Order: sequence, then structure tokens, then C-alpha cells
Amino acid sequence: MSQFTKNYVLPTRRNALKLLSGGGLALAASSTMPGVTRFAQAQSSEPIRIGFQIHRTGIGAAYGRWYDRTTQAAVKRMNDAGGINGRMVEIIAEDDGTDPKRGAEVVEKFATQQQCDVAFGTLFSHVVIGSAPRAGELKIPYFVVSEGHHVASGILNRYTLQPGITDVKSQVEAMAPFVSTNLGKKVAMIYPDFAFGHDHRDYFTAALAKNGGEVIAQIAIPPTETSFTKYFPKIPQQTEVLYHVMVGPAVLTFVKELGEFFGSNHPEIFGFIDSLEAVDIQSPGLEFLEGTYFWEGNPRYVQNNQTSHDKMYRTAVGVDESGASVSDSRDISTYAHMFGCWETLNIIKAGMEMSDYQGPQHRSRLIEAVEDMTDIPLSDDHPQGAKIFNGKTHQVFGHQYISKVENGRMVLAHTTSIEDTFYPDETDYTTQPF
Amino acid sequence: MDFGPHLFLAILEGAVTAAVISLTAVGLSLVFGIMRVVNVAHGEFFMLGAVVAWWIATSIGIHPALGFTAALIIAPIAVGAIAALSDRLVLSRLEYDPERTIVATIGLLYVFQQATLMTFGPDARPVEPPFNHRLAIPWIEISESGLNLTWPWGLATTSYKLFVIGAACIIVAALWVFLQRTRFGLIMRATQLDREMATAFGIPVRRVYSVVFALGAALAALGAVLIVPVQQAHYLMGGDPLLLSFIAVIIGGLGSLPGTILAGVIIGMSDGIISVFFSPTLAKILATLLVALVLIFRPQGLLGRAP
Repeated sequence: MSQFTKNYVLPTRRNALKLLSGGGLALAASSTMPGVTRFAQAQSSEPIRIGFQIHRTGIGAAYGRWYDRTTQAAVKRMNDAGGINGRMVEIIAEDDGTDPKRGAEVVEKFATQQQCDVAFGTLFSHVVIGSAPRAGELKIPYFVVSEGHHVASGILNRYTLQPGITDVKSQVEAMAPFVSTNLGKKVAMIYPDFAFGHDHRDYFTAALAKNGGEVIAQIAIPPTETSFTKYFPKIPQQTEVLYHVMVGPAVLTFVKELGEFFGSNHPEIFGFIDSLEAVDIQSPGLEFLEGTYFWEGNPRYVQNNQTSHDKMYRTAVGVDESGASVSDSRDISTYAHMFGCWETLNIIKAGMEMSDYQGPQHRSRLIEAVEDMTDIPLSDDHPQGAKIFNGKTHQVFGHQYISKVENGRMVLAHTTSIEDTFYPDETDYTTQPF
Repeated sequence: MDFGPHLFLAILEGAVTAAVISLTAVGLSLVFGIMRVVNVAHGEFFMLGAVVAWWIATSIGIHPALGFTAALIIAPIAVGAIAALSDRLVLSRLEYDPERTIVATIGLLYVFQQATLMTFGPDARPVEPPFNHRLAIPWIEISESGLNLTWPWGLATTSYKLFVIGAACIIVAALWVFLQRTRFGLIMRATQLDREMATAFGIPVRRVYSVVFALGAALAALGAVLIVPVQQAHYLMGGDPLLLSFIAVIIGGLGSLPGTILAGVIIGMSDGIISVFFSPTLAKILATLLVALVLIFRPQGLLGRAP
């Protein structure tokens, strides 16, 4: 008790600051401590090892959960059919915390500790941009499922490829004519304030101008934001179309507050489904979305023209007709994006078979084989639709879907052609040496 | 949006932020004022309040109002109990040594955050508000033909947001009455003023400390229960409240409850108004600048007593 009572003083600023700064230092120290390394396994020559960089935690966790389920389903199907080149496929999953720094460490771990053949996986563009340079240095093929324009823009390297999902620039190229023809010419944009959102801002603004429209306001919101009403007064009164795309854990709050702001008197609304990915569109407060439009990478609800391929894929990943998990109807999938994992894994398989891949010494052969791909037909391997791969820019191009909310369901209203999404090449990775 | 309605909307949004910050910061201020513990885990008590509220609301699940009311009562008690337990198991073993308790509360921060991640999961989960009506707000415009009543586009709030502001005022007033007018409030104030003398008069100081730590955490949890129907429960949501509470406590004067509340209102309102007119980042920059200015020109804080 003596020590307990002797130090009596009234709290002073100086003491408090000392304590606070001490706390700050300790926090900083704890966050820079390197992760404890646990793995020192010997390489197994048997299975093909695919390092799966996954957003298990952090702001991308909802995507991560479904990217994981899709990946497991794709690998199960592959292994049931005999694997790749007669070898089983093994997924080595590692959480990147939706954090670029951790992402680079995870890629390094795949290459140096886990003896992975290739790295694969992640979505958020800042994680990809942070990880890709490390993949290039370690010369491990890095197949991303990320949507950002960073692959095709040429800022990454020959080891980074995006063969399973289209990029934002091609998506908005195809959306701009629809928006300006059907919804209105004066558009206000709301987008997340990081690389992915900046792609939307830059390329949609340019694409809309080409189609006779004009972006009259660009409103950036940090992806970690939790309350949104304060941003909405910046939407100009003369707005004809509100274009929204948001990511992060608070997307439901974002859309709800949008509805509370406008009430029944809103402009036309065109959103990317990212704003409601993994969220039930019938949640209370979202009624105002009736009659509005969404871009979807792959339609969440089963449509009248459903292909046998979508049916097979939907069953394999455990998603029902409304896009929810078959085991829990409240667990909504990220259906518009997760097909990218399924299709990318099938590209890896095709590439390894074409190049007769035997081990890490054949990594450059694998990349060359993928670069040689062009037409990718609609099939069970590619259930989202046919695609065209551009080996020079390492980017795939494909159909885009626009759905309208009718009776609380998203109903397909328009499908773009693949050609609608084309833009001139900005780089040629094949000229880079391995 | 015209300037007048725009400013009005900004003030409404700022008032909601101010209400939640004030509640949370008062909890931090109580703990620091009485125990001299810098509770770095305070934001996690806020987060736990939101998560427990989600859990209660979904397990009851008959009517949103019933679930929310239950959460409003049970969540602060549950979080207070966790805090009291942490006090007994950790802080009291360190003899409330100022430096060591900082490290200990950083440890608690990670324990709570990771335990929530492992059980509740990484997703944001919504709690349905007990009631929620969009209230469009009329605006009076002066024109040549006299006063006109208009309904500007986007000038609206919700009944629930007004409830948050009202509830926070009532809770803070009740806390003031509790501290000033009850016997336990007197004991707490006596402990704050002179720990040794309080012990000499037979006040069980350690028990008082446990109650104060629990009360501080419960206030953070209350703030979270109020805001969770507007935002969502998420395991990383404790960071911002912690930072803003520290700012409010420093500006208001360490250990001064009226100062903390005043600072909470200033920070919340300026955050709302500056965010609406300029950018949320600028609001944070200015709040931090205000801390620096207060420390230079009025080191004891706005309403703190000079040392």
C-alpha cells in the first residue's frame, strides 16, 4: 500500500503528456515488431503449391471470406478432375490484413519460406500495388484478382498478371455510354479515396466526356470512414445522375445515409455493386434503391438467361438463387467479384498445362504461356462469360452487366460486348526481361 | 446546397458526433482524473459496447425497439463488468503505477480487439434502430414577396439522430447529479482530491477504483450503443473514439468533467462543420492543431485548474 499512496499529485499536463507520449511510443513499438515466423517446412515435390494472399481481416474481410470459399471450391473441382499435370493442387492461405505492407510480406513468405509455385489472390488495389514489386524481385508469378487499372497501366511488372477479372478502366469505358444515353449528362461521382477509387474518378470522367456527358462533382471518401451524411451536401443541385462506388466495412451505412439524405426525391442513381457487395439489398433503409441501376461483374441474382455454367459454379461455391450462402441466407456473397478467383485458378491450370510446368524453374515459361492466351470461351472454367486476354498488358477483357433493382431484386437490364470495354494498350510487359 | 441549409445540416451532423465524443471522453476523463490511469484501451470498451449491443439485439430479435432497449441497459453493464475484472486482474496488480498501466492498457487493447476478431469476426454488422423516420427540415427564405417556407434538397435528419443527441444530454446530466449529489459521488470526489486522506477516512480506495474504471468503460459503451444503429459494429471501430476522446480530455483540462464535455462539443461540432464544408481530414488536422495551441497558451486546458 505504501507505493500506492505515496505518489499523490493532482494530474498535471506535463505528467499527462509524459504518460501519453510513453503510450504512443509503446504503441508504435508494438506495431513495428516483426511477425513471429512459424514456418520452416521442407519443400514437398508432390502437390503444386499456390500461395493465396487473402483479406481475412481488415476492411476487405467480407471479400476475403468469399474469395476463400470460391478458391476452395475451384481447387476441389480441379483436384477431383486429377489436378494439374497429374499433381494435386494445394492452397497455402495467408492473411494480408488488407494492408499493403503485410501483403508484401505475405508474397515474400510464399516465395522464400513456403516454396509456393505461384502467388495468387488478393483484391484491394493498394495491397496489390504494395505487393507486386516484391513478387517481381523474387520472380514469383503473382496472379491478382483486383479490378484496379494498375496492371494494365504498366506500373507493375512482368510477374504480375490479371487474367480472371476485368479492370476499372475497361468497366467504366463500357458504363459511360449507358449512363449518358439512358440516365443523364450531368454526373456527380462519389468514390473511395485510394487507388481503386481514383481509377473510377479519372477514367469515368474521361469516358463520360467522350460520350457527351460531364462530371460536375468528384467527392472522395476515405474507405475507413464510418459516417457519410457530411459528404452529401457537396452533391450539386443540378445533378442528373449520382454515380456511387464505395468499399470498406461501412458500405451499408453509406447507402442507407444516401437514402436518408435524398428521401424520395433523388436524381437517377447509378452505382457499382461494390457499394453493396456482401450486403442484402433488401436491408431496411435501402428501399429507395428501387428503380436504380448497378454495375455487376457477375449478376448476383439468378437471371432468366442463366447458363448451365453459372448453375454449376453457383452450386460449387454454395450460393443460392439470391446470391446468399446456401447455409445462411443472411450471409450475402461478393458474387460480382469472386468469380475472378475461380477463373484465375483455371487460367493458372491451363498455363501450367500448356507450358508443361514442373517446378519453380519453369515460372517464366508459365508466364509466357499465359501471355500467349487470347480467346477464353464461356465454359465451366469461365462461368462469368467469354473473355479476351491481352498478353501485352497482362489484363483480361470481358462482358459487363448492368442490373436494375426491381421488387428488391437486381434484374439484368443490359450486357455490354467485350469490344465496348477496349481501350488502347498503355504498356507491353512482354518486352521486360524475366 | 445553399449556405444556410448547408450550415444547419453541418451543425446537426456535428451535434451527433459531439454527443458521442462527449460521453466517451467523460469516461476517459473520470478514469484519468480519479485513478491517474491513461486508459489506452478506452476505445476498445467503446467497440465492445457496440459488439455486445449487436449480440443482444440479434439474440432477442422480436422487435428492434425491444432489442435496442435491452442493449442500452445490458451492454454498458456487461462492458463495465469486463472493465472491473480487468482492473482487478491487471491494473490493481500493478499498484496503478502510471507508466506500467499504460503498457498494460495497450495489452488490454489488443486482447479485446483480437478476442472480438476471433469471436465476432471481421465483418461490420448493423443494429436496427428502435425507430427511424426521415425528417425533412423546412427553411425560411426572405424574398421580395415576404417570408417563404421552402424544403431544400437534402436538408433532413432522422428522428433517431435527434434521439442520440437528447439521450447523450440526459446521460451527462444524470452523471453530474450522480457525482455532485450522491454519497458515492462524494466518495469518488474525495478519492480524486486526496487519495491518502480518503484512505485514512476508511474509504475503500481500491473498490472505488474498480467502480470508477467500470463506470468509465460503461460510459464509452453507452456512447457506442447509441451510435451503433447509425454506424455499424466492427472490431476496428475503437480507434477514432480513442483519439477524439484524448483530444477532448486534453483540450478540456485533465480531470475536469465540464471542460471535457465542452471540449467534446467543440471537437464534435467543428468536426461536423469543417467536414461538411471542407474535408474530414482538415477537421482532424485542425483538432490536433487546437490541442497544440491549448497546450501552449492554456496548458491546464480550457476549464482545468492551473497546477
